[in-house]
Amino acid sequence: MNLKKTVILGAAVAGLLGSSMAIAAEQFIGLPSYRVGPYAAGGSGIYGGWIDYMQMINERDGGINGVKLAWEECETEYNNARGVECYERLKEKGETGNSVFQPLSTGITYSVLDKVAKDKIPLVTMGYGRTDAADGRVFPYVFPLITTYWSQATTMVKYIAGKEGGTDKLKGKKIALLYHDSAYGKESHAVLEKMAERYGYELTKLAVAHPGNEQQSQWLQIRQLRPDWVILWGWGVMNPTALKSAAKTGFSREKMVGVWWSGAEEDTVPAGSAAKGFTAAGYNVAGADYPVIKDIEKFVYAKGHGNMEDKSRIGSVYYNRGVVHGLITVEAIRKAQEKYGKGKALTGEQVRWGFENLDMDDKRLGELGATGFLPPLKTSCMDHEGSGKVKYQQWDGNKWNVVTDWIDADKEMVRGMIEESAAAYAKEKGITPRDCSKEM
Amino acid sequence: MLYREAGQFKASYEADQQIFPILQDRIGVMLLIGFFALAVPLFADQYWLKAILIPVLIFSLAAIGLNILTGYAGQLSLGSAAFMAVGAFGAYNFMLRIDGMPFLVAILLGGLCAALVGVMFGLPSLRIKGFYLAVATLAAQFFIVWALVKIEWFSNYSSSGVITAQQIEILGFAFEGPQSKYLLTLFVVVMMALAAKNMVRSTTGRSWMAVRDMDVAAEVIGIRLMRTKLTAFAVSSFYCGVAGALYAYTYIGTVEPEGFNLDLSFKILFMIIIGGVGSIMGSFLGAAFIVLLPIALDVFVPMLLGDLVSSSFVSNLQLIVFGGLIVFFLIVEPHGLARLWQIGKEKLRLWPFPH
Repeated sequence: MNLKKTVILGAAVAGLLGSSMAIAAEQFIGLPSYRVGPYAAGGSGIYGGWIDYMQMINERDGGINGVKLAWEECETEYNNARGVECYERLKEKGETGNSVFQPLSTGITYSVLDKVAKDKIPLVTMGYGRTDAADGRVFPYVFPLITTYWSQATTMVKYIAGKEGGTDKLKGKKIALLYHDSAYGKESHAVLEKMAERYGYELTKLAVAHPGNEQQSQWLQIRQLRPDWVILWGWGVMNPTALKSAAKTGFSREKMVGVWWSGAEEDTVPAGSAAKGFTAAGYNVAGADYPVIKDIEKFVYAKGHGNMEDKSRIGSVYYNRGVVHGLITVEAIRKAQEKYGKGKALTGEQVRWGFENLDMDDKRLGELGATGFLPPLKTSCMDHEGSGKVKYQQWDGNKWNVVTDWIDADKEMVRGMIEESAAAYAKEKGITPRDCSKEM
Repeated sequence: MLYREAGQFKASYEADQQIFPILQDRIGVMLLIGFFALAVPLFADQYWLKAILIPVLIFSLAAIGLNILTGYAGQLSLGSAAFMAVGAFGAYNFMLRIDGMPFLVAILLGGLCAALVGVMFGLPSLRIKGFYLAVATLAAQFFIVWALVKIEWFSNYSSSGVITAQQIEILGFAFEGPQSKYLLTLFVVVMMALAAKNMVRSTTGRSWMAVRDMDVAAEVIGIRLMRTKLTAFAVSSFYCGVAGALYAYTYIGTVEPEGFNLDLSFKILFMIIIGGVGSIMGSFLGAAFIVLLPIALDVFVPMLLGDLVSSSFVSNLQLIVFGGLIVFFLIVEPHGLARLWQIGKEKLRLWPFPH
């Protein structure tokens, strides 16, 4: 009702202003951002990078095939109830309603998971959220793009095996998993246990209570255990605390591997020199020397439009992650326009098709100015993850340096677990999985 | 004038014992319920129902729960969110594990689970009081959330520890749209609010208040402390538990234990402080205030300031204004919004001829 009224009113106003002013189509993107609270560092960086990228597309290309991007932020404070309110508020904004919802919070993801399929709005969760949603047959509207926690866990074991000199060398090695005691931290268990069975390493799980600024007993255990490697599955303040405690305990940071939510400047800078040598996964890399970042500086910041108050954060891990969000969202809209009509504003349902048929190979990434910035990505009805590759970066005391090429996940193992879990979900909720051979 | 009860004679015990003894109150409450039950579902759009009214109702119910414990029985608690979690996970497990479980029975059973847990964590209240008791209930908050994450049976072995609410069906009717879910929530909340209103003026409620005002004196006049305090914990947790079950089933859909964290407990506590400690209506006013104000600020502050300032500044400004308004209200009216209404009522009694 309201939307209709607004459109009619808009048309009436446009008519009054004269026909010379044609209404340019606009694609609306609702941004459920968080810029306050304990995770503000991540939220402001990621949403800042994302907004800057969209601004750059509007300035440089005049939008996507002439369709300008429009957006509105809604503060969620990383709170589930506020996230739901934002989802409902943004749902019907713009010409065609909200085209994609990316809350950057696993809790909010779960809170809107059932709603998106009914409202036909794609829910994109890059590097967080519900892992088994990678099975697009059961979750047509959910896209845990690029990679999931389970994929990441397999790459960690691969990375460690690479350092040890092969998977056969893992036998008898001790790996300690220092994890955030929450649903997020527990995502690691099943995969790491399964891999421990296969490769014969010994896994010790050490829980750290939220928020994680107290880790003495865990590091005492690590000192007694003398593990060969420590996997840090942390979040927020837990990461610098772990690094500092490791330094105090005398555990080599070179032997610590972090997840992508442990591997940003915000995690290492507070730890000071204790962070030096620490390695972490990332589905995007740090650095401002990529053409896409240069374009943002040229078309957005040079004109004084940038979203970041602290310009030194441009090129940081979180900022670049936001640019990746922008890149993929814009690419999905572009892809959907190829099917549903160039130069038109699309509905969420149409954009969903774009997300399901993404094909960003090295050539395409080169055109976008992002070779090596994020892994090549190809999604399908079966596979809503699309890549599973991560790079490992090491902190040298001042900045993150990429130390590996893209490492592939153990797809065969993860895929089996995803399908099993998704099938259980479908059964519980009474969902009939789509038949992918009929999807175009 | 408007609120003059002169001439309203009570000729029978029933008339004297009504929940709302004054005619104007009765009409007002009926009009209010009629408005929210008939007019609102017809005219409100999805956004209002799903994102505003349902959460306000659910948090009102949780606030009533805490108000029974803190406002009426005088036992400070910081575990309300955890009791909500018990209710949500309880209802989920009853629905999951028992075939053909009726929804309303499941949420009541979820509430009973919460009541049981509440009694367990209420036991320390027999020995410790005031702020020390708040610390003991803080243990409930952390222990329950920890247990729900740790013991995988509660979430049916879901890999991420979350539960997804089943479809609600009552007598073959599926509650899917926002209207039906809203009406269901409204029905449960109104019933339980009326029950609470009735309870606080019964023997149980009066003994709660006696214990709140001075427990030694209450014991001297023959009120059994243990039973009174534990019933307060049980009833309060029951209300919170039902609110938690509704939160999972009619509002969010998929919930994780971490969603019921200490922040939520504090929020519910703020609701009763702002709304009015020891007032059922205050619970509704407080819940509406705490839920709506941040949303209103999020809508209007950017509208007023526009592009003048950065979005980080706007977000922080909202928190500052929110906190400032709470302090302002507490200075102007320390007894909460319910007290404002009471003052208004007294004024209306004389209006328009004050002497």
